Amino acid sequence: MSLLEIRDVTRRFGAFEAVKEVSFGVEGGEFFTLLGPSGCGKTTLLRMIAGFDLPNAGRILLDGRDLADTPAELRPIHTVFQSFALFPHLTVAENVAFPLRMARVPDDELKRRLGEALDMVHLADLADHYPHELSGGQKQRVALARGLINRPRLLLLDEPLGALDLKLREEMQLELIKLQREVGITFIFVTHSQPEALALSHRIAVMRDGRVEQLDEPSRIYGFPVNRFVADFIGNCNLLEAEVRAADEGGLRLAVAGLGEVRAPPDGVSKQGDKGLLALRPEQVGVAGEADPAWGNRFPGTVEDFLYIGDVTTYQVRLDNGFRLQALLPNAAAGRARFFDPGDRVTVGWSGAAGHYVRET
Amino acid sequence: MRRLPWWLILAAAGTYAFLYVPLIVVVAYSFNNSRLNAEWVGFTLDWYRLLFQDEEMLRAARNSLFIALVSSGVATVLGTMAGLAMHRWRFRWLPLLVVTPVAMPEILLGVSLLVFFIQVLHLTLGMLSVVLAHITFSIGFVAIVVRARLAGMDESVFEAARDLGASPWQTFRLVTLPLILPAVVAGFLMAFTLSIDDFVITFFTAGVGVSTLPLQIYSMIKIAVTPEVNAVSTLLMLLTLVLVLAASRLDKGLMRAGR
Repeated sequence: MSLLEIRDVTRRFGAFEAVKEVSFGVEGGEFFTLLGPSGCGKTTLLRMIAGFDLPNAGRILLDGRDLADTPAELRPIHTVFQSFALFPHLTVAENVAFPLRMARVPDDELKRRLGEALDMVHLADLADHYPHELSGGQKQRVALARGLINRPRLLLLDEPLGALDLKLREEMQLELIKLQREVGITFIFVTHSQPEALALSHRIAVMRDGRVEQLDEPSRIYGFPVNRFVADFIGNCNLLEAEVRAADEGGLRLAVAGLGEVRAPPDGVSKQGDKGLLALRPEQVGVAGEADPAWGNRFPGTVEDFLYIGDVTTYQVRLDNGFRLQALLPNAAAGRARFFDPGDRVTVGWSGAAGHYVRET
Repeated sequence: MRRLPWWLILAAAGTYAFLYVPLIVVVAYSFNNSRLNAEWVGFTLDWYRLLFQDEEMLRAARNSLFIALVSSGVATVLGTMAGLAMHRWRFRWLPLLVVTPVAMPEILLGVSLLVFFIQVLHLTLGMLSVVLAHITFSIGFVAIVVRARLAGMDESVFEAARDLGASPWQTFRLVTLPLILPAVVAGFLMAFTLSIDDFVITFFTAGVGVSTLPLQIYSMIKIAVTPEVNAVSTLLMLLTLVLVLAASRLDKGLMRAGR
């Protein structure tokens, strides 16, 4: 039995369905992420789990028990809000101790656990400060300590890194992973940032328009998107309209409009005549002056543009038949900024084992 | 820095003179050693001494303080509740209902309260009717101040309290009330000021038995504007000034805490 079970949950606001018959389970100890663009229903779903909102249909179960009649304050589920929602009139220590005070934990135990919690997030020195005296990252830690101190069964995090700048966000990501592993509490994380989701999660539910489009491990979401939306939303992706010409154990032979035949790895389900997309990650595409013999698929083209990012360079290559492909090349060689200039004639290609065929029915 | 044109300075000076010279005159004459408000004779505190021996005046002052304390106390509780309600449930007619008495001409409110007390409640006019009347016009002011405070606040703080185990009552006591307290106190001070200064509505609802400071001053100047009236006016002015300053102070402090 899953720790948390969402069963056919629907939430309507007037005529608008924010969440449509969503079902999934979250296992104990998991770092689970709800990922999707704004308005996809992820926050609505989170609010229903927290108890701020109720579904119009369906059930939410924790340890097999229906939560419908349990108000927010009685659910062993705590939330870290996007705005942190620290109590401005209370000190750091009073903020963090708040859940223990509500649970009527005896004074000496409260003190001990407060000390542990503050140590855990490195805030012992700031115990007597007020929230407005803290930096964004410190506020974030207070919110985390406050959410974790009473050891909830589930910690919900609503875009908690959204208010932080990039550098701090990366630091906090590492800290979050570490913290979650240490305390062993199940996290449900809501974000619209796909790199964040990929970096943090054990499993990701990609949502769109109130539905879960795909639920899987990060590497499978990235490597094997189930449809155009997921492929496009997660990372950069070259999407090529393709029809299956032949399928066997060796792989798929696809007819890509304008490109001709392209080889792709087998997926075990597609058969001749299926229409869909070939999803090709930029890092799977190579660019070379001379065709690389290892490439099962190669096409001539012209470099249109490039973006030097530092560790990598992204090339936009226009194939001779008008198709535009993105290719990502690592700048591993020292001092080497780029390899090709706009206007250079090149060959792009990729191995027949690269790419992922997405069936569209 | 550019200098202001002379006519702007003149306009400003004229406006302030118009606003404050009458007040200054009253204050000055309250220290004037002469029965007549005519020319400056010399400094004295006699009128204040006289004032504190005037039994009628002292009774009126006690009445005023009592009425102001009770009515602004009750109005603060009800007004805070109204402010919270206006904030939480966005019924469009609710603010209208709460704020209308504020916008209503005082004379209208006075007359309708008089009619209501006598014809409907069959109440003998006195302390009770004055207190009720003052509560009526104060609630709206408190509600407006409290709602303004709530409007600038991060709503998730209240959800966070619930989320972390606080019951609705605990949330109010431990989070909501401390956060809106500056506005509640400011609202109380405003209500107090309004009550202690009110003449029109008090005039209609006091009946014959009860006198307040403004009523007492009015009855005195029907005969003549004596230096004693100047003295009591000066004291009333001072009290009002202190309260208004305190209220505005709190309002500023409240913005800082709201971050």
